[in-house]
Amino acid sequence: MPSVASLANPTRFLALSALVLPWTAGAAVVLFAAGLYLALFASPADYQQGDSVRIMYVHVPSVTLAMGCYTLMAVSALGTLVWRHPLADVAARAAAPLGAAFTFLGLVTGAIWGKPMWGAWWVWDARLTSFLVLLVMYLGLIALWRAFDDPARAGRVAAVLILVGFINIPIIKFSVDWWNTLHQPASILRLSGPTIHPSMLWPLLLMMAAFAMLFASLWLAAMRAEIFRRRVRTAELVAAQPAAVRGSALAGAGIGGAGA
Amino acid sequence: MTVFGTIAGQTVRLALRAGGGAVVALVFFLAVVVVVPFGVGPDLRLLARIGPAMLWIAALLASLLGLDRLFGADREDGTLDLVVVSGESLVVYALGRAGGHWLTTGLPIAIAAPMLGILLNLEPPAMAAVALTLLAGTPALTLIGAVGAALTAGLPRGGLLIAVLVLPLTVPVLIFGVLATLGAVSDPEPFLSPFLLLCALTLAALALAPLAAAAALRLALE
Repeated sequence: MPSVASLANPTRFLALSALVLPWTAGAAVVLFAAGLYLALFASPADYQQGDSVRIMYVHVPSVTLAMGCYTLMAVSALGTLVWRHPLADVAARAAAPLGAAFTFLGLVTGAIWGKPMWGAWWVWDARLTSFLVLLVMYLGLIALWRAFDDPARAGRVAAVLILVGFINIPIIKFSVDWWNTLHQPASILRLSGPTIHPSMLWPLLLMMAAFAMLFASLWLAAMRAEIFRRRVRTAELVAAQPAAVRGSALAGAGIGGAGA
Repeated sequence: MTVFGTIAGQTVRLALRAGGGAVVALVFFLAVVVVVPFGVGPDLRLLARIGPAMLWIAALLASLLGLDRLFGADREDGTLDLVVVSGESLVVYALGRAGGHWLTTGLPIAIAAPMLGILLNLEPPAMAAVALTLLAGTPALTLIGAVGAALTAGLPRGGLLIAVLVLPLTVPVLIFGVLATLGAVSDPEPFLSPFLLLCALTLAALALAPLAAAAALRLALE
């Protein structure tokens, strides 16, 4: 079982991810098929909300993944700054657009759920507001990465920002406890155990596993793409070098030729 | 202490000179407050209701000014390298720069806010509450902004990026600042608890932001 340290070699990581990617993708397909069947057909409708409770099976995994992705990015940021792991900043940079997409999906599915339930597409309660702030943070991070030329330096600066912004994750998690929110309080991760009925809990957990496998597949693919992108960039920089030297030598010869 | 005083004093002197940001931030604050009634209409009761919030938003936006030149100039001309080589702490240096920025941006805004409150039809208790909460909250805005400035030090279009990075982190300061102001003028709502939380945010920023800014500045030197 390769350790995190042994995965520091990009070539080794590419080889390993090429092996693992088909399995995570296949697992995602299987889990989605099973999960969607359970969620849409085999689980009960809510006694109050009717069938619109089934949005939960997309909404809850999305928001869990959005926050989990940021947590993974925070661990990667520690890997970049503290342990200097060579692929940690690649991991964080590849995860950011995925996290932003899942945050956006969570916001949209939440709005679709909220309109029939609460009568409003959007309210400014603590949970929704802090989750929207998470989206802005993701987009700010992506903008910060794109503002630097050197990807390695960008990764280190972004790592500091990821760690500074991590305070938002416990705020989102505990916002329903600390403030008077319209969003319902926690039903799964509670000290006294989940309050959700097993007939709904198991499809939900299955959908969470499906989303997690989807995220793992997309993340591995994105990391591979980022590694290849950096190799292309390095190759372009190296290829540009002799051309510049060649170009200035030609210009010198041209000036000399014109003078002569 | 003397290092902090030297750097803060230099920041203030640079800002007060021609081309510095001291007066500009104040004028920007005025400009935003003047624009508000053009947008929401001249209804005095409405202006009095949203006045404290608009003053706080204008103070937040004005505090973001001058942040992109806070560390960028030093990185470009080598002063940052001198600070590190001389053995001085980057934390104290960052604190000094932030302190100088607050003295030329946050403090004048907090003092000018009551007078601009007249434009928004604020009552004297509201004006006093706005001034007090701005005094307590603008250091947090400057310090969090300094972290953003350190992260983007030397980037060509860093100014707008700083605003994007810093605004989400300053939202709690804004929330508690406005809550405290509204609590001072309306009876049932408390003033002390949001105000104390605001002071707590400033103290936390004072403790943590210079560390984050120093870490980011060290990365900027690579």
